[in-house]
Amino acid sequence: MYDEQDYLMISGIQHFLFCRRQWALIHIEQQWQENVLTLEGQYLHEKTDQPTIREKRKDRLIVRALPIHSPTLGITGICDVVEFVQDPNGVPLNGESGTFSPIPVEYKHGKPKQELSDILQLTAQAVCLEEMLVCEVPKGYLYYHETKRREEIDITPALREELKKNVAEMHQYWTRRYTPKVKTGNFCKKCSLQNICLPKLMNVQTVKGYLDRRLCE
Amino acid sequence: MRKLLNTLFVTTPETYLALDGENIVIKKEDTTLGRVPLHNLESIVTTGYLGASPALMRKCAEKNIGLTFLTNTGKFGSRVTGGTTGNVTLRKKQYRLSDIEEESLAIARHFIIGKLYNQRWMLERLTRENPMRIDVERFKQISGELKNYIEDIRLIDNLESLRGIEGQAANRYFLLFDQMILQQKSDFGFYGRNRRPPLDNVNAMLSLAYTLLAQECAAALETVGLDPYVGFMHQDRPGRASLALDLMEELRGIYADRFVLTLINKKMITEKDFVKKESGAVILTDDGRRIFFQKWQEKKQEQIQHPFLGEKINWGLVPYAQALLLSRFLREDLDGYPPFLWK
Repeated sequence: MYDEQDYLMISGIQHFLFCRRQWALIHIEQQWQENVLTLEGQYLHEKTDQPTIREKRKDRLIVRALPIHSPTLGITGICDVVEFVQDPNGVPLNGESGTFSPIPVEYKHGKPKQELSDILQLTAQAVCLEEMLVCEVPKGYLYYHETKRREEIDITPALREELKKNVAEMHQYWTRRYTPKVKTGNFCKKCSLQNICLPKLMNVQTVKGYLDRRLCE
Repeated sequence: MRKLLNTLFVTTPETYLALDGENIVIKKEDTTLGRVPLHNLESIVTTGYLGASPALMRKCAEKNIGLTFLTNTGKFGSRVTGGTTGNVTLRKKQYRLSDIEEESLAIARHFIIGKLYNQRWMLERLTRENPMRIDVERFKQISGELKNYIEDIRLIDNLESLRGIEGQAANRYFLLFDQMILQQKSDFGFYGRNRRPPLDNVNAMLSLAYTLLAQECAAALETVGLDPYVGFMHQDRPGRASLALDLMEELRGIYADRFVLTLINKKMITEKDFVKKESGAVILTDDGRRIFFQKWQEKKQEQIQHPFLGEKINWGLVPYAQALLLSRFLREDLDGYPPFLWK
């Protein structure tokens, strides 16, 4: 069980999988810079981020911007949308009659990605909902803005394991307040923090060498 | 590197700055003088008297746009900033080191090495480019002295000595400043630094250039999450942005002094751009200040090869790059603080 103070943002999982250093710059060092991609993401989330709207449609209750957490994993965040579907095998909800099963829906700009980042973020949400509602969340959806489609994702044991592994590593860095060194790659071009990170800088030269060289000219 | 956005200088007297949607609106009485989208701006510097609307201040703070108020003599008035950025671990490291003489010295030493190195190459450059106009021997001599001072600085073990050497070196360098003025000699002579108030045209411009540079250094430090008020060489003094002053040391000569010299030597600014007050204080006229700011802005767009990063960046980004490198050193990503060594 983690202390609330040390809960990490679920939204950080995608940063972490993209680049551990980027995650640390944002979440440990609190640095942030916008670029086109981050602004698109923000714009999209403004639409989903309406915590006071609660919709009922036939067999389901749709809730937006639902705050969630998992004390065992030490993570916290907000679900864009959770659909509570009436289900005889579900759990009762405060103020509602009947029983429900929750299905998290995460909104993403762009289209489905190769990497696991979106899927693990959704997995984290599922795990939180399970822990908070004491129920099972076997699946969730990723809605992609570019394709205007939702993809159904099975929350498999393998995904849960992968999530656990990554979150544990995040917590290690967090405890040490440690920003991992740069590992550069093509992905640096897409990073909004490259001017803070200075990926090229680290392996270039030592300051001592630089001074010695210049000063003996 | 980060794109260098623009600084908006508002120099028309009696103007009021307001917010309209995502734009800054410049007003004078009932008329609108101009309207600029905020997303293009990195900072706003105003010498207008009337100020800015709270809505604009808030927007600037939110969007990380520096909003600085100067008096019409170019003296710093105030700056609007948002919540402190960056992380507490980095700032605590800064505070811890600033309390330990040895650690402070390791950083302060590099600021001053940078300063002397850059001034030295200014002198060397002049002997190369204008040997007929200046006393080459004297320039070579003082350049040699600066070189020796740098050697000394690498060996000293306390801040007091560093400050002493820095002061001596500054005196030697300024002895040659008058000779660096190659045009308009009768209107622009230099007989020593004076600042409260500046008593001649050259000092008036130097003061303004240092004010702007200090502002830009403070903003750069703020951006990377450092506290501009806690320095390593300059000691804490309430209201003084000591770290910004530390950081600007290495840029004083190559950035501010050279800028002022260019204005004079290229006759971009002339005697008519100054007024002498009854007290002997000299200030720039509104027109003079407009030219000064405009040229300053142009200078910031010029490209330069960053000696340590090995990347081409705009001059205006140099304070930011140096602030970033300093934070990298504090974070132990680098083995020292690399000063900006120009040649």
